[in-house]
Amino acid sequence: MSTISRDEVARLAGLARIELTDTEVTRLAGELDVIVHSVARVSEIATADVPATSHPLPLTNVFREDVPEAPLPVADALAGAPAAEGGRFAVPQILEED
Amino acid sequence: MAGRHAAPGGPDGTAAATSTHGPDLTRWTAADLAGALRSGEVSSVEVTQAHLDRIAAVDGAVHSFLHVSTEDALTTARDVDARRAAGEELHALAGVPIAVKDVVVTKGMPTTAGSRILEGWVPPYDATLVVRLRAARLPILGKTNMDEFAMGSSTEHSAYGNTFNPWDLERIPGGSGGGSAAAVAAYEAPLAIGTDTGGSIRQPAAVTGTVGVKPTYGGVSRYGLIALASSLDQAGPVTRTVLDSALLHEVIGGHDPRDSTSLPDALPALVDAARRGADADLRGVRVGVVRELDGEGYQTGVRARFDESLELLRAAGAEVVEVSCPHFEYALAAYYLILPSEASSNLAKFDGMRFGLRVVPEDNPTAERVMAATRGQGFGDEVKRRIILGTYALSAGYYDAYYGSAQKVRTLIQRDFAAAFERADVLVSPTAPTTAFKLGEKLDDPLAMYLNDVATIPANLAGVPGMSIPNGLSDDGLPVGFQILAPARADDRLYRVGAALETLLERGWGAPLLSRAPELSTTRPTEGTLR
Repeated sequence: MSTISRDEVARLAGLARIELTDTEVTRLAGELDVIVHSVARVSEIATADVPATSHPLPLTNVFREDVPEAPLPVADALAGAPAAEGGRFAVPQILEED
Repeated sequence: MAGRHAAPGGPDGTAAATSTHGPDLTRWTAADLAGALRSGEVSSVEVTQAHLDRIAAVDGAVHSFLHVSTEDALTTARDVDARRAAGEELHALAGVPIAVKDVVVTKGMPTTAGSRILEGWVPPYDATLVVRLRAARLPILGKTNMDEFAMGSSTEHSAYGNTFNPWDLERIPGGSGGGSAAAVAAYEAPLAIGTDTGGSIRQPAAVTGTVGVKPTYGGVSRYGLIALASSLDQAGPVTRTVLDSALLHEVIGGHDPRDSTSLPDALPALVDAARRGADADLRGVRVGVVRELDGEGYQTGVRARFDESLELLRAAGAEVVEVSCPHFEYALAAYYLILPSEASSNLAKFDGMRFGLRVVPEDNPTAERVMAATRGQGFGDEVKRRIILGTYALSAGYYDAYYGSAQKVRTLIQRDFAAAFERADVLVSPTAPTTAFKLGEKLDDPLAMYLNDVATIPANLAGVPGMSIPNGLSDDGLPVGFQILAPARADDRLYRVGAALETLLERGWGAPLLSRAPELSTTRPTEGTLR
């Protein structure tokens, strides 16, 4: 198993959209290395003949009747938003300018 | 002790209540409060106000609560009293107040999950279990402290400060649900709601001398729980007696069409099982001792109390057998891959767009940079650690070795349980390897912190129910827990065996274990301590 470098932590933090300080990157690299080495032992017993379990109980799709209900009022849904405008969530610019 | 397990409103419940507990309503069990409320001996306003006064007196020292909902609780209490006066038939627990862990959303009441990223957020809806608490008319006293997003075993990872163990204010109350356990142990609430993803109900119960139950996965709706790891999370009762847990479990449990992982089955008869168990007759019950959940790392006092309780179970007629679950030693490793993986996905919703904190960088504030800045400032160390670990475990090239292997271990652990439950009706172990450690002691060593959950995690991976009950004091004078596990959907077995052992232990102690906790000084907190 590979060890976790500072570059790797910075890459993962980018994927996870978490801004980290340099100090945090350094500390996490060390901590994650220890944790990953410890948890890697799952591969010792996870042989090809063992099926994976994603969920504690067997589940099948659950359906319900499509009955119209009163939805959450727009004002309630927006009440906790950092910014709202015209009955919608107001978010920062997503696409770059052309 | 005759009145302790009396039926709410039962023939002997109300008369015994005052004489058993004295005039301080906060010392009464929920069952006895229910009986006294029903008979009119006390009002819900009196009971609720007594607990609010207790919170005002001791929460400056214990800090169980992040938010105290005085008006909301008293409004419900007044309503219960009015309805009762009008002769309306109410739920058995109507008027008995309750505290709710802050990971459960409550309409009109702040919900932070212990995180800065949700500071000040007021949910627009109630979790299903809160809908049920409100329908049964339990006054909600407030929201309890917890490790941020339920990640931790000490409540030290809360963004809003520590909760302190009522047994020793220099020690942790367990986690993640340290607030709920401490509230119940400090007599701030007779009942509380916790959530248990790897032990967050049972381990705090163990280290505070209280009772905590993780129901069968799917037994209590997850709708409105702020998800940590969706395949592991389960809400359940936090109380001072086994019967009180059964009463609360029956309020919140049962199928919910809003949660597609909710079990369609009817709930087993839990209160009946707890009452039957109080007879302390366990003839015909096979109790399996899990060989792997003992030995190295378990304190001497924890093991001694466990062995003594096995003797009590034998004396009550139970057949005690040893069972082996050889893959349990891999449970912790599998858990710390599965949990971070699921959490990294579940916590993606905290992006500063729709609710909670938004941090806008001055330079080039695109959506992506706003998200990263918000999450960088809004999340604490443990949450960052686990999200990045999960992102790593799920990333291309590592997925099979880590997440894939962990899911296979999950299968092996389920097989261990299936084989063990062939030979035993319930499995038992110490709940946690040690008593409460000192605040700060394990903060710099995540791996040591994770080891607290070694005995509780297997149940979450397999979806089986588990209970922790007070099992006496270790050599250091601090409480230890006794864990009981049952097969999925057989939660009633926990209550029968738990109530039996509780009865036998209290016969020996002469009083509930919590009566041996030091009295908290009741100075009023400084202004602003209660958020």
